Amino acid sequence: MTETYYEPRDLEDFANIGEDAPEAGRKFFDYYATATGAGKLTEREKALIALTVATVRHCPYCIDAYTNKCLSLGVGSDEMMEAIHVGAAMVAGDTLAHATQIRKIIRKKEM
Amino acid sequence: MNDFIERLNACGVFPLRAAGIDILQMNITRRCNLTCKHCHVQAGPQRTEMMSRQTMAHCIQAAAHPRITTIDITGGAPEMHPDLEWLLGELAVLNKRLIVRSNLVVLLDPAYRRYLDLFAAHKIELVGSLPDHHAEKSDRQRGPGSFEGAVQVIRELNHRSYGLPGSGLTLHLVHNPVGAYLPGPQSALEGEYRRVLRDRHGLHFNTLFCLVNNPIGRYADYLKRSGNWSDYMHTLRCAFNLQTVSSVMCRTTLSIGWDGRLYDCDFNQMLDLTVNSGAPKHIADFDFARLAEREIVVRSHCFACTAGAGSSCQGALAD
Repeated sequence: MTETYYEPRDLEDFANIGEDAPEAGRKFFDYYATATGAGKLTEREKALIALTVATVRHCPYCIDAYTNKCLSLGVGSDEMMEAIHVGAAMVAGDTLAHATQIRKIIRKKEM
Repeated sequence: MNDFIERLNACGVFPLRAAGIDILQMNITRRCNLTCKHCHVQAGPQRTEMMSRQTMAHCIQAAAHPRITTIDITGGAPEMHPDLEWLLGELAVLNKRLIVRSNLVVLLDPAYRRYLDLFAAHKIELVGSLPDHHAEKSDRQRGPGSFEGAVQVIRELNHRSYGLPGSGLTLHLVHNPVGAYLPGPQSALEGEYRRVLRDRHGLHFNTLFCLVNNPIGRYADYLKRSGNWSDYMHTLRCAFNLQTVSSVMCRTTLSIGWDGRLYDCDFNQMLDLTVNSGAPKHIADFDFARLAEREIVVRSHCFACTAGAGSSCQGALAD
């Protein structure tokens, strides 16, 4: 069986997610367009943020979409990797920062 | 019926018809000093096709028509045609917008360096290829050292005031993706090119044209070889933008091959799809009225010109 849960063509149906909840769907897409479009930050900067979030969140659809978008916007592979390292460092830092919770409980519990 | 016709039919815009002839695009040779991986012309040093003087004379006669505002000379590398100097002299007299498409690096060759001054003297509008502002990426498409060569030539053109605001000497650059993806918004990429070329190389240009790579010629071979063909065609179809259809370049351009045959665009020329619907098929039989309302010949590759913001020899159709 070659079928998998994640298929590239699934993304084509993304535009239709509002079918059973049109108002929420419309508001989401409006918000999405505003949030990811050029503002004080350039479209290029936002594409790198989105690519980093997509990778950290392990979303294959968004990784595909935003790698292509970064390429289209002239973002170099070195710049993409640099951004991903920010994501990786944040995940590592976020994990280790939670070690303070462990340490706090240990300090409380141990004699 | 091909899928582009089906799409136009579904949108109620078939058949697509010419809306006059504004631009006469002459492809005078398929010879080129480069062998770029994306080249739809499949141009290279081994190609021998050259437009004859007689055919050039027919083109000049046609270009004199008062409704034609622009003559656009392309190839191959037009500089490698032995009669380019003569042709430019004849066309300059018409006092129309005169464009030459150059790969830039050919102008480093001592045999063609004179064109740097000759272009400036005739106030030729230059359209120079620079697929990416990253040297490594650009070289992957056009060959090692080609980016540095282009930088040298742009510097020399800037010294002659090409690309400087208000100089009257216009230098456009052409971006096309180095791979199987579509170009981003022209305005965003133009800003990035301008910043990188100015800050790293001290270079200036007027406008960036973003071109979608057309899935024919060497680029089609690359797509098939790399397993990207169906994804790329699918992407083009999904990105179809009805708003671009009214302004696609074929509606106002007549493309002339090296042998004088007539086409709706340079892409159709490479596919050997001459003008249709009983319009004259050779420049020797040029008839403005009949050609100005001809039905455009369309195939699947036309999706490249209607994808996203659209694509033409003058860059995006909408941003």
